[in-house]
Amino acid sequence: MSRIVALALFVLVAALAAAPPAAARDTLRIGVGQFPSTLHPSIDSMLAKTYVHGMTLRPFTAFDHDWELTCMLCTELPSFENGRAERVERADGTTGVKVRYTIEPEARWGDGTPVTTADVLFAWRFGKHPESGVTSRETYTDIVDIEVHDAKSFTLELKDLEYRYNAINTFQPLPAHLEEEVFAEDPATYRNRTLYDTDPTRPGLALGPYRLAEVATGDYLVLERNPEWWGDPPHFERIVVEVVENTAALEANLLAGELDMIAGELGLPLDQALAFEDAHGEDYQVVYQPGLIYEHLEANLDNPIFADVRVRRALLHAVDREALSDQLFEGEQPVADTAVHPLDWVHVADVPTYPRDLERARALLAEAGWRPGPDGVRVNDAGERLSFEFSTTAGNRSRALVQQFLQAQWAEVGVEARIRNLPPRVLFAEELSRRQFSGMALFAWISAPESVPKTTLHSTMIPSEDNGWSGQNYTGYANPEMDRLIEAIEVELDRDKRAALWAELQRLYASELPALPLYFRANAHIWPTWLEGVRPTGHQDVSTLWVEDWRAAD
Amino acid sequence: MLAHLLRRGGEAVVAWLLVSLLVFTLVGLMPGDPLDLQLAADPDLTAEDVERLKALYGLDRPLLARYGTWLADAVQGDWGFSRLYARPVAAVMAEPMLNTLLLMGLSLVVGLAIAVPLAVAAARRPGGPLDVGVNLLAFAGFSLPSFWLALLMILLFAVNLGWLPAGGVHAVGDPGLASRLAHLVLPVATLSVLTTGTYLRFARGALLEVVGEDFMRTARAKGLGPLQALVRHALPNALLPLVTIVALQLGTLLSGALAVEVVFAYRGMGKLTYDAILANDYNLAMAALLAATALTLAANILADLVYVQLDPRVRYDD
Repeated sequence: MSRIVALALFVLVAALAAAPPAAARDTLRIGVGQFPSTLHPSIDSMLAKTYVHGMTLRPFTAFDHDWELTCMLCTELPSFENGRAERVERADGTTGVKVRYTIEPEARWGDGTPVTTADVLFAWRFGKHPESGVTSRETYTDIVDIEVHDAKSFTLELKDLEYRYNAINTFQPLPAHLEEEVFAEDPATYRNRTLYDTDPTRPGLALGPYRLAEVATGDYLVLERNPEWWGDPPHFERIVVEVVENTAALEANLLAGELDMIAGELGLPLDQALAFEDAHGEDYQVVYQPGLIYEHLEANLDNPIFADVRVRRALLHAVDREALSDQLFEGEQPVADTAVHPLDWVHVADVPTYPRDLERARALLAEAGWRPGPDGVRVNDAGERLSFEFSTTAGNRSRALVQQFLQAQWAEVGVEARIRNLPPRVLFAEELSRRQFSGMALFAWISAPESVPKTTLHSTMIPSEDNGWSGQNYTGYANPEMDRLIEAIEVELDRDKRAALWAELQRLYASELPALPLYFRANAHIWPTWLEGVRPTGHQDVSTLWVEDWRAAD
Repeated sequence: MLAHLLRRGGEAVVAWLLVSLLVFTLVGLMPGDPLDLQLAADPDLTAEDVERLKALYGLDRPLLARYGTWLADAVQGDWGFSRLYARPVAAVMAEPMLNTLLLMGLSLVVGLAIAVPLAVAAARRPGGPLDVGVNLLAFAGFSLPSFWLALLMILLFAVNLGWLPAGGVHAVGDPGLASRLAHLVLPVATLSVLTTGTYLRFARGALLEVVGEDFMRTARAKGLGPLQALVRHALPNALLPLVTIVALQLGTLLSGALAVEVVFAYRGMGKLTYDAILANDYNLAMAALLAATALTLAANILADLVYVQLDPRVRYDD
């Protein structure tokens, strides 16, 4: 009897041991750390969804690898020069703009239905409906009117004339032939009934090179070639996006051969990727793409310590940010001088900089009235110590290391940073957005190329009870000159003049230090050696928007 | 007996309601609702957007009023809609619940199947080499961090040996039994190491308590061998504390094992509940936590019934 049991066990183990054969190169298996909560393109913004939609949908416009605005679903980017944009002077004194787009003539939904202006009109009606459930209605309410010329061309009239008048990256057409009826039935519950979530594999919901073939909620999504795709045919027959939230397990799945690559946008943290490259770099391509993720320090400027710009400058002089980047991130995350990324065309290099200079830091603190105290921490005339709370998102190992680095270097000039880390939801939803923090916080802003920092630096964007705690100017920075520059950039259409304004803004930023710049975070992309054509962008328009270029090397 | 069961059932319903109020209040009192988080993260979101969305999701109403609405709907079988997964709660929970029942049920069975015979073997010679070894095994079993053990299992059996899949519920596009079983081996093995340790400790302790009793000497005097005496007389008496532990463990059949589910990317109730709480997905969190509560309460009533079967001295008078 025991022999039979042993034999049965052996057969079972042998059967289980028969690992799945290596996938053929017509399938690409991508590991990501997050599953999209909804697959509706316009409800809730989430990176995981953006990543998948990069393969199944196409926006009208997007920023490309060179951070230039480009047409994806339209035939030509509208401009005043090509006659597709026209200034509108209204009777009430406001200035708007009309921009004319033409939809790609061959663009079709996955069921063969042409993408038309009906889809544009439906997307607009849906988006501006107060009960639609879209997170930000501004994209839709900023459109005053849509004039339809024919099935493939239309003109948007925008409320305000701003420099980015022709960028409609977040305006996604919706398949009116499928979704309009569902929406019309009851707009308030449409978000719970949309086909994108109730029947996500319906071909007519996709218009990109791939369409969803299977959705295992929380586990994986299978994408197959969209036979109705009008562009260059994609190389892979099938793409599987698998979710493994734990990054150690994600790495193990890659090593076990169950994944081909780990998406840089949603993959391993940099320190883990660096360790992975050390151990397995020969077997994979590991590419670091510094992007528009600006890690920085924000201090509550209502705190008298930080209200003095000399203290802010001293804090930056006290820190060796080059060494920080080298020691913790092997130099893969470039030091920032301002919030503007060096790859952004508006970036200027000639701004005040703060190399490590302990003497200068001590002198600035002394000028600000902080002299060495009995326990090594500086004090002012009132006997108050130069000591503050220093918070970041609890559980983020990289940030915890940065914190300790900064804390140690500040201590050298008599500054005490008391670390008090908080769960992200508490830090962002309570301490920062309600301005309850009294000291300093370390976190990141994610932005798009040439993104005007209105919500973070304009004085009207300081969160308060009066404005419903909206705005992200958590520091409370208020400077009329900064307000003027932000407002001027927004309406300046001339590229050269705008560049000059941007240069002024960066110099003011580097001089005033409303926030203390640290570095630009890099995403670590891990690909198999045989994969070609993937080009990380470093901004919000993810690499999958060009998935048809991805291919297996011969 | 019937009156006892009815009384215990009534108590369970009251306890369930109290737990539901407590859980709803605790989830509701967590700092920052989902829209506050979105406001902090999305630069395009305006105060008007937040007000509009709060009204849309009913988050602008007082907590108790929201609880009242939730309870009224729940007793009618409407568990609401999950914000996190954009689907009805019942649909979201169906598969993770099945996955967790399989994972936890198998771990429980495997744990008991290993622990009870080992405990009997150890109790034959208390203090002997086998007993010492079993004792060490028990301590090791429940002391090992599940997170670490799970990663170790993946590295050994999936990465180095390549024998078993590293994670997931089943292979992509293959939800068949063989694929599901293959994906269950490592998580069940990990959890079984932990449950075996726990059961082993309790079973061994309970057996050692009864081996010195008079009835055991009588059994031996009747001519039963040591093993027969242990199995026939000591084991039934030693099962009572084990039943209590197993009854408590039954609650985890629906609450899942968070660490193991996370590492093995196994879509079960532990991870689902954790995500729902973090994302303030009230409907999903409530349904998940209360399902586990209901099962725990039911398991306790079941344990009462099992006591009667195992121990003739136990009676519930009407």
